[in-house]
Amino acid sequence: MLGKDKTLDFLDKKSKVALTDPLMKNNPISLQVLGICSALAVTVQLNTAVVMTLAVVAVLSVSNTVISLLRTMIPGKVRIIVQLSVIATLVILTDQILQAYMYDISKQLSVFVALIITNCIVMGRAEAFAMQNTPGKSFLDGLGNGLGYGGILISVAFFRELLGNGSIYGYTVIPESLYAAGYQNMGIMVLSPGAFIILGLIVWVHRIASGVEED
Amino acid sequence: MHSNKYTLGFMTIVAVILGSFLSIAAGSLKEIQELNVENDSKKNILSCLGFKEDPKSPWGPDEIQNKFNKNITAIVLDINGKSTDLDPKTIDAETDENNFPIYISKVDDKIEGYAIPISGKGLWSTLYGFFAIEPDGITAKGITFYAHKETPGLGGEVDKAWFQNNFVGKKFINDQGELVGIKVVKGKADPNSSYEVDGISGATITSKGLESFLVDDLKKYESFLKNVREG
Repeated sequence: MLGKDKTLDFLDKKSKVALTDPLMKNNPISLQVLGICSALAVTVQLNTAVVMTLAVVAVLSVSNTVISLLRTMIPGKVRIIVQLSVIATLVILTDQILQAYMYDISKQLSVFVALIITNCIVMGRAEAFAMQNTPGKSFLDGLGNGLGYGGILISVAFFRELLGNGSIYGYTVIPESLYAAGYQNMGIMVLSPGAFIILGLIVWVHRIASGVEED
Repeated sequence: MHSNKYTLGFMTIVAVILGSFLSIAAGSLKEIQELNVENDSKKNILSCLGFKEDPKSPWGPDEIQNKFNKNITAIVLDINGKSTDLDPKTIDAETDENNFPIYISKVDDKIEGYAIPISGKGLWSTLYGFFAIEPDGITAKGITFYAHKETPGLGGEVDKAWFQNNFVGKKFINDQGELVGIKVVKGKADPNSSYEVDGISGATITSKGLESFLVDDLKKYESFLKNVREG
């Protein structure tokens, strides 16, 4: 889909792959099954999922770029420690900025922003991609993976908020008359099992659509 | 292969650069973060005293400050319920055993209610909130929670309106003038009882915790509230 888009023609082929592959073909959540913990935790409402997506996109693309810039200088023996320090610094920075400028949402996200440090996607991309590729490509790879992660997060949150709360992005969409007729919000969607169910269905549909088979 | 000396030097430089980044960020954002925390607690005080925010147009920071300064007087009581000269901002309401902050709501010099900070253990975490009392010193005017880490959908329901609205109009002093607190019962409360509210199903420990720390916190203010009741 996006790979054939003419608007990305200013990029060479490899950069385009780095950016677009993680969106569908090699999605970090639904195909590599990474970053599940936060996908379950912050998807009760759309607005927390969107802010979490932005935080991960920011951390991932900057950490990939910085690590790629340093890749020839980083001593092999301590490379994981260097990657972790860079990522941790960016995550703390993001958390501080959220606390200063988006206080209410940062309260709802609570510990999960800080837990981006342990999100396998971030370190996985640093180690697997940024250590071998140029800063430009690494930035695009980080951007693509962040958006691929966020796309799933936002889809899960969309269904959980709609079914669990009857609203989309905080606006009630289920009409009163439906409630009067006996419709009820699904309580399970607000709890973690709801996220498992929705995520499972999304992974299933996605794998059918992209024709992937487990070895 | 890099030498040990290079590795050590590289790590030192990385640590210094990243460390200074963080301290600059933390230093420059501290002021605005503290203001957020302060505004959040002011908003909660206002809300439990009956100044409700319209969810469609939330109050900005200036509006919170204005409303708070106009309607609320904050003082600190000593252990005998007498007011002191202390600044409520300097008191840690959770741990201080001798000085108790209280927020008095006045409209045109007429007292509309009192709000006290409450905190205590639920199931997973300490809950922090405010409890508001009518000018009669007997009846609950409202309750809010602004920080907790209880399970969403179970104990986390304490921050929802349906639960908090139950408290309005309940009494925590019985006919004999004893402090009895407000019972959070399992299931539905007796509609004729003035002393109980509906519990949260699946959150017995959070409910019981709330019940017990509410009494404990009210005890601290009992000498002051006694005076209020006697006029």
